[in-house]
Amino acid sequence: MDYLTVIQILDSALRLATPLLLTCLAGLFSERAGVVDIGLEAKLLAAAFLSGAVAHTTGSIWIGLGAGVAGSLAFSMLHGLASITFKGDQLISGVALNFLAAGLTVVIGQAWFKLGGRTPSLTPDERFSSWEPSFTEAMSHIPVIGPAADELIAGHTVLTYIALAAVPLSWWVLFRTRFGLRLRAVGENPSAVDTAGVSVVALRYAALVIAGVLCGLAGTYLASLAAGFVKDMSAGRGYIALAALIFAKWRPWYALYATLLFGLLEAIGNRYQSISVGDFVIPVQFMQALPYILTVIILAGFVGKAIPPRAGGQPYVKER
Amino acid sequence: MSFTKSLLGAAAALALTSGAALADPAIIFDLGGKFDKSFNEAAYNGAERWAAETGGTYRDLELQSDAQREQALRRFAENGFNPIVMTGFLWPTALETVAKDFPDTKFVVVDAVVDLPNVRSIIFSEHEGSYLVGIAAAYASEGDTVSFVGGMDVPLISKFACGYAQGFKSVKPEGKVIVNMTGTTPAAWNDPVKGGELTRAQIAEGSEVVFAAAGGTGLGVLQTAADEGVLSIGVDSNQNYLQPGSVLTSMVKRVDNAVYDSFAAGMDVPTGLEIWGVANGGVGAAMDEYNAELVSDEMKAALEDAEAKIISGEIMVHDYTTDDSCPAF
Repeated sequence: MDYLTVIQILDSALRLATPLLLTCLAGLFSERAGVVDIGLEAKLLAAAFLSGAVAHTTGSIWIGLGAGVAGSLAFSMLHGLASITFKGDQLISGVALNFLAAGLTVVIGQAWFKLGGRTPSLTPDERFSSWEPSFTEAMSHIPVIGPAADELIAGHTVLTYIALAAVPLSWWVLFRTRFGLRLRAVGENPSAVDTAGVSVVALRYAALVIAGVLCGLAGTYLASLAAGFVKDMSAGRGYIALAALIFAKWRPWYALYATLLFGLLEAIGNRYQSISVGDFVIPVQFMQALPYILTVIILAGFVGKAIPPRAGGQPYVKER
Repeated sequence: MSFTKSLLGAAAALALTSGAALADPAIIFDLGGKFDKSFNEAAYNGAERWAAETGGTYRDLELQSDAQREQALRRFAENGFNPIVMTGFLWPTALETVAKDFPDTKFVVVDAVVDLPNVRSIIFSEHEGSYLVGIAAAYASEGDTVSFVGGMDVPLISKFACGYAQGFKSVKPEGKVIVNMTGTTPAAWNDPVKGGELTRAQIAEGSEVVFAAAGGTGLGVLQTAADEGVLSIGVDSNQNYLQPGSVLTSMVKRVDNAVYDSFAAGMDVPTGLEIWGVANGGVGAAMDEYNAELVSDEMKAALEDAEAKIISGEIMVHDYTTDDSCPAF
């Protein structure tokens, strides 16, 4: 394995980690506020579908991005309505939304485009182009640093950089602002927040709005990368992001590391589907299961106890 | 009492007339739906062609879940449709039950084998068609590396990969064929993002032509290949038009002909097992205006030569599903 291969794998890892990171941060905001969000998958699908459909129709990925975020927000608000306003079970609401998104995207897609739930392929103008600044190109002939800069720093779409920027931003919002303090308090002890005269419901809705926007970005990223929507294209990324969230102990920086690790493992699995060690060939199934196996091992042995927000999963009912 | 009787009588009369009037054919599409740009859509096109040419009508149904198979099939048979065509390799269990209950109805199953006197089973020699596109890949590449992206890791997909590798190595014996599968669950059919990543990894390893046999995932493969400026090969339906100038050819399975032929034969459809290969035009490499510039005369000649040799039996392409191994890997 030479240096360039390593760079290429890291590059691929970053691309694969981007949607996971955005989704994971979405889950982080939501769960920190005490709303368990199984429906991340639904938001990804809704956003991917709407951004693909609207970008094709209008010819602009930016309008598509807006539509994707709006679709994801709509699902987020539905989740809020069921689980905050009507105090329903958050898990059930999330699962229901997942089914709804999986079916609705295909049905509407079929009605609009008659392509079996697929959206038409997006042309280069209708997708995010990758950022190719002149300084990395100039650097590319420098040994060691050059290729790394050219592959890793440049060559990604704007959403990757937004995702990376969202990590310190999330940390700052959650741990250095009054809003963040209250948000975390709502997830730990909502009655204390209520006693202080701050609206629990409003804070939880605010968290879901942030989650909706982040998932909208992630879904649009998928549609832009694959140049269109295909049914069920999120392929379980919403659930993997949830796993990464536990892995990350509900902390933004750890979320970055966890999703990068998942991206890296998937990239390695893609590059080396079967590795032969002497006479023994490690089967591809093992490589594909590796992210999950490692999750269990690292979670059990290295991360320590992952303690979720205390009020997570419980609708807040005021005392009478 | 008399009212009930007349109702029953009316119902019986209705059943009789509908039974007599309906000898229309019917088709049931597998999961994935009739607009999948691939396998089921080919079947749909065959049915539409029959309807347009004969002015006949037919009934169709898209399965929504595995549990509907037997029920849907039985309802079509009870309503007197004949013949009833179904596509996909998951049909045998349901069909074996229903076909025995309706001995006078003819059934046609594409991509699976059911050994009953009133069933026509049509399977395709995908390995032969893949062999041909493997040759095309060898002529289109300057170096000696090409690759394959499969959907779910099942023997049928390895059959494609194995035929492709054999065809490529018949031209470049020292060449390398990178074979990747997207996953081991049905989600692997619909993950274009992962398909794209696999394609990038293969290109990084030197692949110049990527053959995708991966359903919806394949769309991501063709897209990434076009983005990165390498050639790709489509599957099942003719997918040359999806990325004009980048798709070298498509390994087509003439599912449309299988459906058209069965519909046209009507109730006299022949039964038994049929294998559609290169010899009877069942599989092949698609040529049209979208890939005309990519196909050299040399490549065309090599393909025609290989076709002739497969038909004459001079070339025997190994079928992966017979022994779960491939000499060319």
